[in-house]
Amino acid sequence: MTQSDVTNRLEMRGISIEFPGVKALDEVDFSVRRGEIHALVGANGAGKSTLMKVLAGAHTSYDGTISFEGVPLTIDSPRAAKRAGIEIVYQEVDTALISYLTVAENICLDLLTNGQLKGVIRQRRFEQIALEALGKLQSSIDVRQRVSELRLADKQLVLIARALVQDSRFLILDEPTAPLSQRETEHLFRVIKELATREQLGVIFISHRLQELFTICESISVMRDGKLVARQALVGQTKETIVEQMLGRRLQQTDRQTRPVGQALLELDQVSVTGQLDQLSLTVHAGEVIGIAGLVGAGKTELCKTIFGAIPTAAGQIRVAGEPANIRSPHEAVSRGIGLVPEERRKEGILVADPIYQNMTAASLKQFVNRFGWVQTGQERTAAKDIIKRLAIKSTDETQHVAGLSGGNQQKVAIGKWLLADASILLLDEPTKGVDVGAKREIFHVIHQLAEQQKGILYASSEFDELLTVTDRIYVMYDGKIVFETKTSETTEEQLLLYATGGTTS
Amino acid sequence: MNEVLHEPSTEQEHKMDRQPAGKRILRFLNDWGIVLAILALIFFFAVTAPSFLQGANLINILRSISIVTIIAIGLTVSLTVNGFDLSVGSTATFASSLVVSFFVWYSLPLGLSIGLAILIALSVALVNVLLIVKFKIPDLFATLATMFIFEGVAMTYTGGGSISAGMPRLDGTPTVGMIPEGFLTISQAPWIIFIMLVVVAVTHLFLNHTRHGRFLYIIGGNPEAAHLTGIPVQRYRALAYVIAGGLAAVGGILLASQVGSSQINAGSGYLMPAVAAAFIGSSFAGQGKPNAVGTLVGACLVGVLENGLVMLSVPYYSLNIIKGAVLALALASTYYRYQKK
Repeated sequence: MTQSDVTNRLEMRGISIEFPGVKALDEVDFSVRRGEIHALVGANGAGKSTLMKVLAGAHTSYDGTISFEGVPLTIDSPRAAKRAGIEIVYQEVDTALISYLTVAENICLDLLTNGQLKGVIRQRRFEQIALEALGKLQSSIDVRQRVSELRLADKQLVLIARALVQDSRFLILDEPTAPLSQRETEHLFRVIKELATREQLGVIFISHRLQELFTICESISVMRDGKLVARQALVGQTKETIVEQMLGRRLQQTDRQTRPVGQALLELDQVSVTGQLDQLSLTVHAGEVIGIAGLVGAGKTELCKTIFGAIPTAAGQIRVAGEPANIRSPHEAVSRGIGLVPEERRKEGILVADPIYQNMTAASLKQFVNRFGWVQTGQERTAAKDIIKRLAIKSTDETQHVAGLSGGNQQKVAIGKWLLADASILLLDEPTKGVDVGAKREIFHVIHQLAEQQKGILYASSEFDELLTVTDRIYVMYDGKIVFETKTSETTEEQLLLYATGGTTS
Repeated sequence: MNEVLHEPSTEQEHKMDRQPAGKRILRFLNDWGIVLAILALIFFFAVTAPSFLQGANLINILRSISIVTIIAIGLTVSLTVNGFDLSVGSTATFASSLVVSFFVWYSLPLGLSIGLAILIALSVALVNVLLIVKFKIPDLFATLATMFIFEGVAMTYTGGGSISAGMPRLDGTPTVGMIPEGFLTISQAPWIIFIMLVVVAVTHLFLNHTRHGRFLYIIGGNPEAAHLTGIPVQRYRALAYVIAGGLAAVGGILLASQVGSSQINAGSGYLMPAVAAAFIGSSFAGQGKPNAVGTLVGACLVGVLENGLVMLSVPYYSLNIIKGAVLALALASTYYRYQKK
């Protein structure tokens, strides 16, 4: 592309955003043309979503300029973005749809709010507009149906149709294919391609599945650590070259001592969950740290919650310490010595409004009750003090409320809970999410200590460099399946990322 | 809606010293405002209505708040799991109709009548549990439904009228049963006050010093975290509604004892003051969560206010204006604090 040719081009220049402590975007230049299907990729936290939110008007305080055909645009609200002809379809389609309105009403929603449809609202007119838009998408969704009755793939189409009826020039699709089946994906691609050629729609396509980018996109931008590192045509690239651009560097192996490995503590045999997990088999031995590598949406969280009894299995068997275990609730999982440190810490893992000691004893309160059923708070506090020391939790004392702790220390409290409950199997779901570097190292240290005490640890993460540091063996998940198993000492970050994005050979 | 109750009002005591004086005073007012309000009201009424401070009147106040308190304590337990039981008034009505009918219609003995009435009234709680835990209806709507259902059930059971000794049944059948003397004594001072204090004390110990109480609060604070900690969330929510229903039934029985008969919708008037007491009480002593002692104090506030206003000859039909305003004030203080965070 030449700098002078601005026809049909949407251009972002020098976009920077600073969040407290992090430079989320650093002088990013990005451009896309009408009629072009452009891929945007990057590892977790690279800044793709932030950049697209700027374009969609969801972030208002940024530096840099946005222009179309050389004319500057002021995008300071979602409404302004829509007026500029930019439409975004977020991954969580339900947040953008009004579930109890009909398909037609949802498609025409923006026409109502921006005043293009005025006066008495005629249902027939809605339906006409909606039918026409859906026709372009080769979809036969009943426009009188309520959106709540639609399948996910159809909801996406409704959102795309909504973009069409207001003559959008650019459409951002944020990981649209993650929840779709093969056939639904193919249909979506066919439709997008047609829109690009026939309606001159510019499409920005965010995806973690590198494979599919090659079938639909012409060009690609790669982001890393808040910067744009490459913008190029896809022709001539391979999955490997793109993975290398995403990572930017090759990570060395850290030296690690090996531990004696004991009996199998946790075994999964062909475990399936309808629509989420597909015939997973894995083993965690005592004294072993097992990694589950996978990108967002690969099924890691579902796997952890399934083992923990929070999601019912459809088929397969789970064995704990060699014995078949039919775990139907977290309550049963805990009584079998399994602990879960969930991904959504504040929502699922800790009790922010309660003191540290009450957080820690929540899963083991039975131990602190005397024979009259009286909770021995003194004993609770002593036990909590001990854990605070063992895990080096920075706090004023054990009565401090967890809300006042840093992310890393909150995470340690969540782990400490299972130490008191004496769990022999620990499931950690993205345990370093929102945790600073120093605390990360301390958490790794704790994990190794636990492994030395012959506990079995399942460590699910999309941070592959961390998996390489902390685990002994790694299973890679993609699309609800385990696609690869390796000893940590025999793999690289690139290989993991390749399998995690749906590649098959290294 | 009531998740705010679980927001910590005492974020950290450690930070107290560093707060400016103005904030500390505000916090003090927030934590001890109810007690100050009660003292101020007592002072005001003592000055304006000289008979207010007489011992007999103070006992009268305690007696008059006993039933409200007991029902409010049940409501408090439902609030701990972030629930809300609107059906407590109907449960009380239902229990009071049942117990009087057992005496008057069937001449059952005292203990059996009371036990049976509580047991049958617990069916309200079971329906609540079914709707809330099984069908996942939001607490407020589910108990709104059961409130009407059991108001109707109680009225249908009594044939749309009141029951008292010697009064024939609606179909003309004469009744021979009498309401036992002993039954009428339990609502006299000091007994009813003792019963109230025992209920408050036991609930306080249960909520604050047993595993089960701790779990109830944990569930109210973060149900998802509670679930993923291995706490059987649904079982405990069910328990909370059973306790709420059970205490409402006890309240209804005391009501029957006080009136000496069963009146239509007798319990419905207790819902509003009970809600007020529980919400006023949740900020008591900076707890920031529903608690038994606070609820008692909240009920005292409502009771003192009502008693004093009656002494000042404010007509009874206007009392609801003031009681409702107090409820609004209590809610405002709870939710306003939450939003400022």
